Amino acid sequence: MGSVRLLDGVEIRRAVTRIAHEILERNKGAQRLVLVGIAARGDELARRLAAEIERIEGARVPVGVLDITFYRDDIGMRAEAPEVHETRIDFDINGTTVVLVDDVLYSGRTVRAAMDALVDFGRPAAIQLAVLVDRGHRELPIRADFVGKNAPTRRDEDVRVALVETDGEDAVYVEERP
Amino acid sequence: MNKHLLSINDVSAEDIVRILDVAESFREVGTRVIKKVPALRGRTVVNLFYENSTRTRISFELAAKRLSADVINFTTSGTSVAKGESLKDTALTLQAMGADAIVIRHSSSGAPYTLTRWVRGSVLNAGDGTHEHPTQALLDLYTIREKLGRFEGLRVAICGDVLHSRVARSLSFALVKMGADVTLVGPPTLIPPDAPAWGVQVSFDMDEVLPKLDVCYMLRVQRERQRQQYVPSVREYARLFGLTRERVAMLPEGALIMHPGPMNRGVEIDSDVADLPQAVMEEQVTNGIAIRMSLLYLLLGGGGPEEAGHDA
Repeated sequence: MGSVRLLDGVEIRRAVTRIAHEILERNKGAQRLVLVGIAARGDELARRLAAEIERIEGARVPVGVLDITFYRDDIGMRAEAPEVHETRIDFDINGTTVVLVDDVLYSGRTVRAAMDALVDFGRPAAIQLAVLVDRGHRELPIRADFVGKNAPTRRDEDVRVALVETDGEDAVYVEERP
Repeated sequence: MNKHLLSINDVSAEDIVRILDVAESFREVGTRVIKKVPALRGRTVVNLFYENSTRTRISFELAAKRLSADVINFTTSGTSVAKGESLKDTALTLQAMGADAIVIRHSSSGAPYTLTRWVRGSVLNAGDGTHEHPTQALLDLYTIREKLGRFEGLRVAICGDVLHSRVARSLSFALVKMGADVTLVGPPTLIPPDAPAWGVQVSFDMDEVLPKLDVCYMLRVQRERQRQQYVPSVREYARLFGLTRERVAMLPEGALIMHPGPMNRGVEIDSDVADLPQAVMEEQVTNGIAIRMSLLYLLLGGGGPEEAGHDA
């Protein structure tokens, strides 16, 4: 099984730093800004972005985690009910700019589900999207506002993001599907 | 997970942990501005209640609605059942209408099992005769885990009319499965003779058991199911097995008081005891919705032919 490393730890760190700068530039600071990571890797990336934003701007932005399982469009199409993760958004999102954070942008279906889930918590002034890797092959009219790395891939490949907190190392791999 | 939930014996200890974990996510959904998720959109859940029930039926109805399923409530009075329709014909009718899940309560033990032979969807037992009431047991487990954080070695007494209680059976099986020490407490006439085979202990003396408990679970005296005189009088029963202020004082600090409802205040539990902070009946009701959402999600959320495509 072939596996190619797309990003190493240093490159991930630089991408996160650049995205943090871009988020601040686009939104003219951290006013009314909140980050919501999509479980299971997006929440860790959201925490790192928040740490970078605090380092750059000296402002603390709230970080939440969103599980989109109950909003999937393929429930009942699988043999087993999909795995459920934690959701925790313990701040008011009404009137805020929410930056959704995910590891990989692919079909766009997860982001569609995340936006549906988010509006059940309130009415944000705006929703933006930050991803570590955009691998193409969109099935919905969705694009990212902030991208760590654009990576053209084939559909029969997998993009796997590893993070120290969950996987013991920081790296992104493109892998041949077995 | 099994396709149906008829008995606690249908679920393993790992299944129980999964059901409780998923219920925790649904508790969070219950705190949102919009307490509803689209998970079971387009699915149909039928509440088929051959016995009166308010809390269980409403709880299942709310659970299904918060999952965006369509809900049909089918009660026996004023329907085809009152006109003499058999369970089989009712089942076939619901089947023909495309029910994805049937939640059934019936006065005959085993009726939910019989129902599984006639329908393609999932069957959930909401109480059958004196047999089982598994969703009540699971919501009780959720409440105990939330308050006390564990099951292993936990000392639980289930007190009162055990003989007629499907809650006592399901809860005993579930607690024993999770490693708790269960003692059934009541007058000898109201303890089932096969109780030792459940893996539980039996005591006829409530005052001896109380000081050693983490959970004191009171059962309702089910006068409507009792076909003969099991206790000399309600007053004597209340004196020997009612949870009074004096008995609460014998419980260790931090012990929980639970009751599946509806309560007979002044019989198995004194009115002021039911309102104490360590009495968690309201939490049990709230958790019931989350547990039933979890079960409907886990039973109806799968069922597809194969893995759907990878998406991100």
